Amino acid sequence: MLDNKKVMVIGSGPIVIGQAAEFDYSGTQACQTLREAGCEVILMNSNPATIMTDPLTADHVYIEAMTVEKATEIIGRERPTHLLATVGGQTALNLALSLEEAGVLEQYGVSLLGTSLETIRDGEDRERFKQRMIELNQPLPDSQTIETIEELEEFIENHGVTLVIRPAFTLGGTGGGIATTKEQARTLALNGLQASPISQCLVEVSIAGYKEVEYEVMRDAYDTTIIVCNMENIDPVGVHTGDSVVFAPIQSISDQMNQLLRTESRRIVSALGVIGGCNIQFAIHPTEHRYFVIEVNPRVSRSSALASKATGYPIAKLATRLALGERLDDCINPVTKETMASFEPALDYITAKVPCFPFDLFPGCDRALGTQMKATGESMAMGKTLEEALQKAWRGAGVEQAPLYPAWMRDVACEQLWKEIMTPTDLRLPAMLALLDRQETTQEELAVKTSIHPLFLALFGRLLTIRDGLDVTSVTSIQHAKQHGFTDQQIADITGVTTETIRDIRMVHGIHPVFQMIDTCAAEFASTTPYYYGSWSGKTEVLPSNQKKVAVIGAGPIRIGQGIEFDYCSVHAVRALQRAGYETIMINNNPETVSTDFEVADRLYVEPLTVEDVVHVLEAEDCQDVLVQFGGQTAISLAAELEKRGYQLLGTTSDTIDAMEDRHRFYDFLDRLDIHHIPGEEVMTIDALKQTATRLGYPLIVRPSYVIGGKGMHILKDETMLQDILPSLTFPVLLDAYVAGQEFEVDCISNGTTSYVPVIMEQIEAAGVHSGDSTMILPPKSATVELQDAIERIAKKIGQHLPYRGAFNIQFVVTDQEIYVLEINPRASRTLPIVAKVTGQPLLEWAVQAAIGQEVNLPSKRMELPFHAVKTPVFSTLKLTHVDPKTGPIMRSTGETLQWTENGYAKERFLFDETTKRLMTKPTYTIAGQGTEGWGQGIPITEDVSFDACVAFFSYVAEEKVLREQALAKGVHIITEKHLAEYYEVVRDDGSIPVKPLSEWTIKQKEWVEG
Amino acid sequence: MKEQGALTLANGESYAGELIGTSSVEGEVVFFTGMTGYQEVLTDPSYRGQILVFTYPLIGQYGIKQEESESHQIQVAGVIVQTLANNGTKTDLADWLAEADIPVLTGVDTRSLVHQLREAGDQLGVIESAVSKKQHQATGIAAVSVETVKTIDVPDAVGHIVCLDYGVKKSMIEALLARQMRVTIVPFDTATSVIEGLKPDGLLFSNGPGNPNQLEPFLPHIKQLASHYPTLGICMGHQIIAKAFGCTITKQHHGHRGANHPVRHLASNRVFMTSQNHGYVVEAKSVESSELVTAYEHINDGSVEGLVHPSKPIMTVQFHPEANPGPTEAMVVFDQFVASVLKQEVAYVG
Repeated sequence: MLDNKKVMVIGSGPIVIGQAAEFDYSGTQACQTLREAGCEVILMNSNPATIMTDPLTADHVYIEAMTVEKATEIIGRERPTHLLATVGGQTALNLALSLEEAGVLEQYGVSLLGTSLETIRDGEDRERFKQRMIELNQPLPDSQTIETIEELEEFIENHGVTLVIRPAFTLGGTGGGIATTKEQARTLALNGLQASPISQCLVEVSIAGYKEVEYEVMRDAYDTTIIVCNMENIDPVGVHTGDSVVFAPIQSISDQMNQLLRTESRRIVSALGVIGGCNIQFAIHPTEHRYFVIEVNPRVSRSSALASKATGYPIAKLATRLALGERLDDCINPVTKETMASFEPALDYITAKVPCFPFDLFPGCDRALGTQMKATGESMAMGKTLEEALQKAWRGAGVEQAPLYPAWMRDVACEQLWKEIMTPTDLRLPAMLALLDRQETTQEELAVKTSIHPLFLALFGRLLTIRDGLDVTSVTSIQHAKQHGFTDQQIADITGVTTETIRDIRMVHGIHPVFQMIDTCAAEFASTTPYYYGSWSGKTEVLPSNQKKVAVIGAGPIRIGQGIEFDYCSVHAVRALQRAGYETIMINNNPETVSTDFEVADRLYVEPLTVEDVVHVLEAEDCQDVLVQFGGQTAISLAAELEKRGYQLLGTTSDTIDAMEDRHRFYDFLDRLDIHHIPGEEVMTIDALKQTATRLGYPLIVRPSYVIGGKGMHILKDETMLQDILPSLTFPVLLDAYVAGQEFEVDCISNGTTSYVPVIMEQIEAAGVHSGDSTMILPPKSATVELQDAIERIAKKIGQHLPYRGAFNIQFVVTDQEIYVLEINPRASRTLPIVAKVTGQPLLEWAVQAAIGQEVNLPSKRMELPFHAVKTPVFSTLKLTHVDPKTGPIMRSTGETLQWTENGYAKERFLFDETTKRLMTKPTYTIAGQGTEGWGQGIPITEDVSFDACVAFFSYVAEEKVLREQALAKGVHIITEKHLAEYYEVVRDDGSIPVKPLSEWTIKQKEWVEG
Repeated sequence: MKEQGALTLANGESYAGELIGTSSVEGEVVFFTGMTGYQEVLTDPSYRGQILVFTYPLIGQYGIKQEESESHQIQVAGVIVQTLANNGTKTDLADWLAEADIPVLTGVDTRSLVHQLREAGDQLGVIESAVSKKQHQATGIAAVSVETVKTIDVPDAVGHIVCLDYGVKKSMIEALLARQMRVTIVPFDTATSVIEGLKPDGLLFSNGPGNPNQLEPFLPHIKQLASHYPTLGICMGHQIIAKAFGCTITKQHHGHRGANHPVRHLASNRVFMTSQNHGYVVEAKSVESSELVTAYEHINDGSVEGLVHPSKPIMTVQFHPEANPGPTEAMVVFDQFVASVLKQEVAYVG
């Protein structure tokens, strides 16, 4: 019945705060499921670093800007019969709605699969949502949809403040917030109306302090409805659920309330006519038996990815089958393979989710949490106790525990800690632990002040009690601590012995971790799905096989600088290993990803990516070989310790990693090969820093070692700037001369003797802009063939002499015809997925084959592609208050898009979604800030500048930070670098580049290769 | 008081833990997979005399509320958990169990125990410690049924249901009261003439603990009553009516106890989640040669989940439509029953 379906799937575009890797997971599952059902799949997604945009995921892959125009073109070319819009987040929903409004779906006879657009509107349009909930007798906080400030004033008159303001149709609540004064309410409403594509906000009476819970619902077209999972936030209403610590299942809610919400969830989903997945958020009164409906999302979401991984129930996969018209009770539960999908998972463990924030990159940014999401990623962990799940998720997210909360909280003024708690900030929970520990507060006081449920405060109390009672001479004491999530390291720190001692004691007394299956049914039925989590009670269910095997270390939560591209690499590493005949063991703790889909690796472990937790898995699996080169800096940072414990790092050694990171060794290496490098060195003290600075001369770049996304990096123009940053430095630091020039980058594959450079990437912006934030063109549009040849030669030379097999990345700066090597990263890089897609070559497969020591015949010469691809960074800076949108050495983009072009120029660099489309089609002007004369045709800035009709703002000087933030809030392109401005001037009046599927670019390449 | 203790199963397997309480106890060991609803389960008379294993590792997180009990006391003989939670407030489950002198074995590897019960089947077990005295809990229907006839009135009652109490849950009665039914609860062994004398409009044969065979002598009497009044049988009530009309009952290898059991209503092909608690089941094959017809089946194992009489207003369900704990969508069974009592027809809604 499904054979003739030609289904177009819309992805979620670039990663932004509020829309991360979860939609690669849901989209990939959807595409696979559709193809299994016999459908022909057309995929549209502008994000090149995703698994879903791989040529094998769909029949026709379009990596194109997420605009109605491009989508219409694709529909015109491919003539799909159906559209699936509910697996690509808000982006896909909005695009589908726009396509319908533009009459495109009707024109081409495309019908929507699953949940109808009418239902989607019921969930998305605040006024319609309110009406539907009133019809269903669902309690809502008093609220009103406003389109003007006058309407806001009227609402305040009737209801007063405190108010919550939510703009309609925005990602992660962009532009919304809680207002406790009238003035705040006005400001938020103005921003919200601006941020909303339909200039609409919902203003509602605040219910801050209520418990916040979510229900993940599935419904088929025959009205069979189940709740896959429910979840409870530690933070009461007021903190965005994406920014809160969450437990699954619910913890402090009785069965009566649970069943009430369960029943109401079913009623709502049934009445709205959802087919597939749906997320419903409720607020529960802290003491009384009543609730409010907060939100209904009639699509798969971040929460549904979390629910899928927390329970084992693959929501997106089943949602797609239901969208095709299947019955839930006809689908087999893919985990047990014995029971049907029409049931509700029972857990016999607790799952905790901890958000990951980008605040460490931006000292001085606003860390306050509210209704606008700020987290970039999340870590998930399971345990048999709340304490175990939470501590594992904390360390998996990189939350400092020394040994329970950050060291600085031990003696800082109490007011500071209260501020973290009451604002609240990302450090709210650690600050509560610190105050409890310092006996400056009680659980009762915290419960009153924060409305956090006493159950969770008791948890903190128990952590402190366990810490105080730790006794290394008592086996029970150590076992008890392990069962509550303490690492050997924490126990050692608390008791003043070494980590090795704790490990020895454990070994002698047989205290080992156990690994149990996530089976959806609390062991009621036998299950064979190799999806495991570790804990410290019960029996282990893992039997190591006798096969040759490799563990792949993933990249953990998404952070700025370490995004979805490493998940792409990890998944490909697993597939390549499987094809090479290895059993694969995936270790990762990011619930959003494809790599944590239990159908990817032979065995999946959701465990924190710390040495101790990873070693436990390796021991349980009796696995000696580990791949760290595909998991970004997170995996690389485990390399030395794993090697020390006797594990084999495939393709690399910690010595190679160190040789590339240690400035002395790195420059020695380049000197031996007669390759130029920037003058610079590693310094250990302030004195040495000052001396070296004087010797090298300004400008200088200073940065710490082994960091992600340029964290802590500064460009120093003079000694005053050096003095300013001195207090913030932790030694050793790397000090390099700053060379202004053009940057190039290559991703290479080395088999140990020769290396292959598939293509050279040219950075538009001058050196000094983090490569992650730069516009990259591959192959270069301006560099001469000679220069490219020279770069290729240097890269190959490095590959020949570097004791390394696999994928690695080199960054160059070219100035005055001189090529300098800036950096060698002996690991898969952020750009590798793009290079693989642009060249159409199995680069990751080659890298893996090389790493495991198989013979790989690499091409000898780089590809000369008859086209260019332009990589565009996409920023979420708008969501991070007080973060300067000016690009610099610290990375701040969260995602990227790719555009194919014949000549290297693409207006799509500035027009990659509907928001930028609206901006770029306005017949208006550019404003040129101070010092940007000669960048282009900007109107010089004036004191009474208004950004209302502005498209782009050229701005460079530090003094314009506030203006940049203002302009950003108006959706203006902030261009802070001259070459990018020049590029902008060239493309701004260009037309749109016609869409073309990936396969057609690949055919062209083939022609070139064969011809 | 905490000391080392253990649960020993009839097949010799033993599970160590810490024993809270002073008593040893013997009972059938069964497991419950729901993640909320511990209070309702502990007070459900159907669990009378059983040792209950919670598969969810943390029990007691949200405290207890007197009004959420399903009967006037804790019914289980013993409790096995991984962790008994301290919920940070004063309504503590541990205290409540201690006051009732119910032995609780904590720190148990419940997942291994469930594996064992899944493989070896539900069986007898003993919770004990070296120094404890053995306690015998009175079990069986006689221990949980009311001793005298008790009527609960409701304003503007439109009908009168007599409930034959084999260990009825409070929520079952409340479900009838909420539908404006006056309810009279009678001891399980009440004579037919007494029941007739109460002039019921319909009969509810309730849930109850243990083996349905204990009611063998009452079968003719049950058949006679069910044939004369609109009848609803739930759980034990379902099984004994089935038996009275010619079905056979067998013991399950391991029972259905949880809040996530998918059931299909055959007439409408609708599927919904149900709360279940039973260790015996009506044999599917025996239905064919009986006077009854299968109305509901379990999605996962195809077992009989409900029966109807082709010509008489008799309906029975194996699952618990009254929920508490568990999903409430099967409440519609009460609507159907009340409609048949009032001789109305209702459309089936899931």
